[in-house]
Amino acid sequence: MTGAFLDALTFQAGYNTTLVTLGSALLGANAGAIGTFVTLRRRALVADAISHATLPGLVIAFILMALMTGEGRFLPGLMVGAVATAALGAVVIDWLVRSTRLEEDVGTGAVLSVFFGAGVVLMTVVQAMETGGQAGLGSFLLGATAGMRYAEAVTIAVSALLAGVAIAALARRFTLVCFDPTFAATTGIDIRRADLSMIALLVAVVVIGLEVAGLVLVVALAIIPPAAARFWTDRVGRMVLIAAGIGAVAGLVGASISAAGPNLPTGPLIVLTAAAIFTVSLVFGSARGLVPLLGRRERPA
Amino acid sequence: MSDFLVLSFAPMLVASLASLAAALVGNFLVLRRQSMLGDAISHVVLPGIVAGFLIAGTVSPLPMLAGATAAAVLSAVLIGLVQRLGGLEPGAAMGVVFTTMFAAGVLMLELSSARSVHLDVEHALLGNLESLIWLSGTDLSALLDPVALADLPPQLPRLVVVLAVVFAFVVLFWKELVVGSFDPVFAETVGARPALVDAALGLLAAVTAVFAFEAVGSILVIAMFVCPPAAARLMTDRLVPQIAWSALFALVSANLGYVLGGYGPMWIGVDASVSAAGMIAVVSGVILGLAALFGPRRKGTRRVGFSA
Repeated sequence: MTGAFLDALTFQAGYNTTLVTLGSALLGANAGAIGTFVTLRRRALVADAISHATLPGLVIAFILMALMTGEGRFLPGLMVGAVATAALGAVVIDWLVRSTRLEEDVGTGAVLSVFFGAGVVLMTVVQAMETGGQAGLGSFLLGATAGMRYAEAVTIAVSALLAGVAIAALARRFTLVCFDPTFAATTGIDIRRADLSMIALLVAVVVIGLEVAGLVLVVALAIIPPAAARFWTDRVGRMVLIAAGIGAVAGLVGASISAAGPNLPTGPLIVLTAAAIFTVSLVFGSARGLVPLLGRRERPA
Repeated sequence: MSDFLVLSFAPMLVASLASLAAALVGNFLVLRRQSMLGDAISHVVLPGIVAGFLIAGTVSPLPMLAGATAAAVLSAVLIGLVQRLGGLEPGAAMGVVFTTMFAAGVLMLELSSARSVHLDVEHALLGNLESLIWLSGTDLSALLDPVALADLPPQLPRLVVVLAVVFAFVVLFWKELVVGSFDPVFAETVGARPALVDAALGLLAAVTAVFAFEAVGSILVIAMFVCPPAAARLMTDRLVPQIAWSALFALVSANLGYVLGGYGPMWIGVDASVSAAGMIAVVSGVILGLAALFGPRRKGTRRVGFSA
């Protein structure tokens, strides 16, 4: 098992596994980077609502494709459906907050539970349809790379690459908005548009990560790496890079462990790897970690 | 009628009780901007439930509930710690802790024997409302027959107790809750112990979530913490009417949702049923949507959308 893990980690466990681990690393890097911006804008949990809101779209796409072609599990189609309801969820949160006096936490909780509830209802419809597609959708709840098909691995790796390019292109603008929104506005940046593109990229990354990390846990990839990076630096730019690095390592190691044995769900393993890095950062992080902090206190000023 | 008593009476009552208890607590969570607490709690209890199962060796409610409560308390401590040490926003601190604990719970499930017994993640997420049948409810007289009543699903009396505890807490600590929800600083100065009431409210939310979760699944719990109180807040400015509205919305969601899930597909000629818990969440969302469109107090003093 250790051998299989090392093979996967060093990209020597066959073409398919290599694609999956590489895709997971890319995905982790993307999620860490976009997650940093989103958390700095105090919207970490919006990511959670968005990931849960993908479920009805996934299932609707599955049903439609099953009815039309007899085969529901076609990843690009499922991703389109997931993006549609995730985006709808984001729009509903925005609408609730703008048109009523409810706060963003209420909108987030409402969208999360109601959209997920609708997805659950639709999943029982699929069960009743008896297309045998349950197996195809179950992997999206907790993430499974074991049964991933070649085309799916390629789709994930390529779209993660594209999302990474988009994030890199907008990173400077996002950094300004996160660092000082008022100043950013005076330089001519449209804050609302920047915020919306941030959320749009978050939706994209979440949907790309669905099959790897599962929709219940994919949000962790956008929250834990930035939180860990916070212990190493106080500067936004560096925080993005560190979070992306931590996300990549978590994705790579988690997917490799998962590839090494049966019954090892990918999502939880990636999350627990990220959590381990977080704990190390909390203790040793150079900017706010416990050990450096105590060391500083002990030295006389 | 006997069909109704056997199949639907207990689930509808359980759903109503769980929804009422969650909505009652939810009123204060919504006012305190802690709406996501229900989401966090329902994730963190998973490792506790699995640990309770592994230690006890059987699917019995008490060790699992004890484990869940312990996990909820542990998570509250961890969230506070992460938030203070990391200088993180509360949402991020919560996110770090609840995803990690949920991941640990899933892994424990997958790697242990728990998976083979009816404990699984989907069950935890979606609940199993439809399974709460009352075999002795063969006719109306069963409602007055102590022997038949004793045969009701055990979730029912448990939730009655939870609802009573929640209600008693809200009545007894009404002043402290209200002051603490609207003005924590003032609450401190008048000695209303906001930190203590905060902790008690958190614990109460956890207990409600754990018991309701066992009966109806976590998604329904999260929806009931948020949607009825949020819709009620768009109906009135005053707290007592708001709580009354939220109770009404919770009851309508639970019963209409159950009926639509169980019988709705049959009405359109499909011989099947869909998830009642999911449907209840959807109905509560529709009610919130209607309140946001037409509620008399939907506009208040606030405020901006994705750009704050």
